Amino acid sequence: MSMPFYVSPEQMMKDRADFARKGIARGRSVVALQYADGVLFVSENPSQALHKVSEIYDRIAFAAVGRYNEFENLRIAGVRLADMRGYAYDRRDVTGRGLANAYAQTLGTIFSSGGEKPYEVEIFVAEIGDTAADDQLYRLTYDGQVADEHGFAVMGGAADVVADHLEEHYSAGASLDDAIRVAVAALGHSESDDRVIPTGDLEVAVLDRTRTQPRKFLRLRETRLVEVLGRRGVEEPDAAAPEDALAGSGPRHSGHDDPADPTDQVSGATPPLEDPVTGEPPVAPPVAPPGVPPDGPGTPPSTGTPPTGPGQV
Amino acid sequence: MSDSRLPASFMTPGTSSFADFLGVEAPDLLPSRRAVPAGNAADLAPHGTTIVAATFDDGVVMAGDRRATMGNIIAQRDIQKVFPADEYSVVGIAGTAGLAVEMVRLFQTELEHYEKIEGSTLSMDGKANRLAALIRANLGMAMQGLAVVPLFAGYDLAADQGRIFSYDVTGGRYEETAFHSVGSGSLFARGSLKKLYRDDFDAEEAVTAVIQALYDAADDDSATGGPDITRRIFPVVHVITPDGGRRMPDDEVSVIADRILASRMQRPDGPAAALT
Repeated sequence: MSMPFYVSPEQMMKDRADFARKGIARGRSVVALQYADGVLFVSENPSQALHKVSEIYDRIAFAAVGRYNEFENLRIAGVRLADMRGYAYDRRDVTGRGLANAYAQTLGTIFSSGGEKPYEVEIFVAEIGDTAADDQLYRLTYDGQVADEHGFAVMGGAADVVADHLEEHYSAGASLDDAIRVAVAALGHSESDDRVIPTGDLEVAVLDRTRTQPRKFLRLRETRLVEVLGRRGVEEPDAAAPEDALAGSGPRHSGHDDPADPTDQVSGATPPLEDPVTGEPPVAPPVAPPGVPPDGPGTPPSTGTPPTGPGQV
Repeated sequence: MSDSRLPASFMTPGTSSFADFLGVEAPDLLPSRRAVPAGNAADLAPHGTTIVAATFDDGVVMAGDRRATMGNIIAQRDIQKVFPADEYSVVGIAGTAGLAVEMVRLFQTELEHYEKIEGSTLSMDGKANRLAALIRANLGMAMQGLAVVPLFAGYDLAADQGRIFSYDVTGGRYEETAFHSVGSGSLFARGSLKKLYRDDFDAEEAVTAVIQALYDAADDDSATGGPDITRRIFPVVHVITPDGGRRMPDDEVSVIADRILASRMQRPDGPAAALT
């Protein structure tokens, strides 16, 4: 019987936090920025289908980085919670604070339970009020901590580099166009150089309190972004990030056996259990029945080697 | 909201339908899941009456009168029976007022919920079918006198035209051409629209036609309210075009209603249609 190793609780939490942090840092950054009429979200996201920024309710939006399937589950749970509450009570009774609390409890419980893998996600929940002073921006981390952010916030990827750039260039109460320009420049900024992110790769959405509809969330289309950003020089798509390869990578024809890759077509020294094309089991030398001479009838001529009896190697 | 972890059912991927989710998570919130004791409950609650809709060149209009009745009593003079379902569609409801309003709220949430979860809106036929499913679930209560009969209209961006759907209490869904009406005064309203409707209406002419039809319904049906000129209560009118839907402001409706009233002073039965 094997004895379980003792791992101190401190060490276990540290390992889990490291694991989650690594997963989050692999993706690209998302910026949330308060401007005069609401809150702006900008992210570099080449995918048109998998959104990082979404609507939760009339005045509440959600942005996330990390593992898509995990934050998508959280997003759907948030939409269900908000819609159910709005239906059971009233639309005004759905609050960003309540949603942030529910997320914090969920992430915190998963993080500290030993049985589940911690979520590799970081989340913004934003809610706009009637004036800029009433706007709320919450940041939730993988371990369920909630932080109240003011002005701007960045998560995922090289968040600190982007945040440093914003620190220098952000001004409170800016117009939407100015806010977009600052945020896009910050996302393109890295320690070595500044890059012009193609407008097609940008995911931009706002919570805009000047909208007449009760639902204040709006995605900004590419044509609008081109208008705002104007000519910025040569566009330069980001290098492929690890998050791009998370899904949909087909079998690779590497020509050699990679034990870590279950999809490769080469088996190395180990013969396959069955023919990969016909599904036939490999032809094994028959076992000679007792009393029959080794060269008796029934010996398949194809094997070429003398059949071996039981016990022989 | 809840002060502990989100329940696992919230995090489970699957349905994009709010009504289905509610059926699993909180069935008591669904209007159709309530047990009603046997017997006829029709006289317990106010009833909403006439709804009229008509298509025009560039969209569709829907209007509803403002009266709710309980037997011979006028329960409310300014009830609202036409509601936006989402940006491009509108739903008007005749029948038991309390259930109807609840069903509209459920339908609105259903459409918005789908849009948020899936990232795209339902097709016009998809919306009409979801409403049919909600009405079908209410059949048991309809048989005890608590029927809800909606009229659904909207602008179909894919087909590039305004469309109208009517329903029966079993959830039957029927697409109507040009115009339709539901509720106690619907027979009179439909007869009126038959004579008034032209297929080259613009938005204002279509609104005038549906208000004329409501006037004719109120003229002959005691449960339908006409324009209340002393209290300045006018029908609720929604106009939907490719740019989205809006409720026509009361001062715009009152201008059209006043014009109709002035002409009815001359000819109480309304405009005369050509004989051949």
